[in-house]
Amino acid sequence: MAPELIVKPQESRADGGAAISVRNLRVNYGDREILHSISFDISPGETLVILGGSGSGKSTLLRTLVGLEKPSGGEIWIRGKNFAALSDDSRDELLKKMGMSFQGGALFGSMTVGENVALPLREHTPLDDSTIEIMVRLKLDQVGLSGFENYMPAQLSGGMKKRAAIARALAMDPEILFFDEPSAGLDPIIAAGIDELILKLKKAFRMTIVVVTHELASAYLIADRMILLDKGVIVANGTTAELQKSLQPRVRQFLDRVPEPEISTELDYLQMLTGEVPPLRR
Amino acid sequence: MAFTESVGSATITGLAYVGGLARITGGAAKALFVEPAHVRKLLTRSVHQAMAVGVEALPIVSLISFFIGLIFALQSAYQLRKLGALQFVATAVAIAITRELGPLMTAVMVIGRSGSSFAAEIGTMKVNEEIDAMETMALEPVRFLVAPKLLAMMLMMPCLTTWADFMGVVGGGLFGVTSGPFTWNSYFLATLNALVKHDILTGLVKSVMFGIVITAVGCQEGFSTGLGSEQVGRSTTSAVVKSIFMVILVDVIFTAIFYFTGSD
Repeated sequence: MAPELIVKPQESRADGGAAISVRNLRVNYGDREILHSISFDISPGETLVILGGSGSGKSTLLRTLVGLEKPSGGEIWIRGKNFAALSDDSRDELLKKMGMSFQGGALFGSMTVGENVALPLREHTPLDDSTIEIMVRLKLDQVGLSGFENYMPAQLSGGMKKRAAIARALAMDPEILFFDEPSAGLDPIIAAGIDELILKLKKAFRMTIVVVTHELASAYLIADRMILLDKGVIVANGTTAELQKSLQPRVRQFLDRVPEPEISTELDYLQMLTGEVPPLRR
Repeated sequence: MAFTESVGSATITGLAYVGGLARITGGAAKALFVEPAHVRKLLTRSVHQAMAVGVEALPIVSLISFFIGLIFALQSAYQLRKLGALQFVATAVAIAITRELGPLMTAVMVIGRSGSSFAAEIGTMKVNEEIDAMETMALEPVRFLVAPKLLAMMLMMPCLTTWADFMGVVGGGLFGVTSGPFTWNSYFLATLNALVKHDILTGLVKSVMFGIVITAVGCQEGFSTGLGSEQVGRSTTSAVVKSIFMVILVDVIFTAIFYFTGSD
């Protein structure tokens, strides 16, 4: 048997053109592979929307990008550093430059909104209390929540929780901002407000923004580029206009909101199991 | 074959669980004693935990220990009376309470109050993605959540146990004074004469160990909470059951060590 070549993973490389560069990424849950060798790049200042149906692997991809899941193969280069191969300390340094807004907000229920936003500043910076207080007010103002410092998360509505979570993600002035389903579970008006906030942040701070969503209206509005994930592989990667023009059946099905054909025959069922795309119902 | 396999896999699961407890305790101990960052914030959080774990537990610990002391006095008097040795009730209560019942009953009450709440608190945070949020903010959950709890428990368990020892003796005294040959003065004197330093010390050493075990199991169960809010209830139950088992196991080990090394 040929000896296996063991190559020590590189920690950094010089050409840091892309803000995030994903190469042959694989992620497993136990024996089941969720993401099958996917690769893509995100340029600095770009807003990338990752689209996909339930179970397509889009949330897993986002969790892997922020270090919550370990890849079973491939590389994630963030700001020219191989994220998965970094030591704990360098990883923490990189994480401080990234902000993440979770689907349900994930605000700490035992702290006020102000304390939630202040937490990363208190833990990671030597700033004194009065400076932190000013910064918290500034961040809450940016997301339209001025005056809510002393509210508990439980006292906020769904949209306000998301805004507070975005303020907390902004606390450390991140270069890359991640959003998990920013408008899920919100009424159309509040959801439009969140979209507008994302656009405002993008314009004001030129941040690299990665959004995972299945809401097409919001995706069209905020995306510079979109990726469509299906069953753990990228089926389309292009600008909003390119995707809208695409003739690929799976892309069309997703963008035109065509339901999966009902399983009426044994053949349909077998096709579904094998992953073969059955003819679309028109 | 199936039997050996199931014994093997149960052993591996058990060892992995204990390994998990050791890792969580090691992580918290490192954050406390080896690399304490932000000492002031850590202490603030620990004081907050110590109030919840220790001070707020005082009424229930007092009441239960008092009754345990009283019950133990009644039960031992039942035998001692036959020998005409009712004056040894004070000795029996003092030794049983300080060496075993004080630390153990305190641990059981702390499991019910705090071990379960650790699991519920961390479990709820896990379900609400707060633990994930913490990790993406480069905050280590063990350092942030477990370390203050561990410090609070290690300090509060011996304090609560000492108080429980005292209340147990008072409970035994109530019987001794009302139905036995004692006055309060002579009862306390008999208790002090019966006890040697080691009786109390071994109990306190055990109580610190119990505190560590309760924190580790409660937090570990919280961190291993699955998805969905009903899982929080499951973790809480499991934290209580496993903590009681682990505390008794630790009790056996330490009692045996103290006995065979002759340090008592």
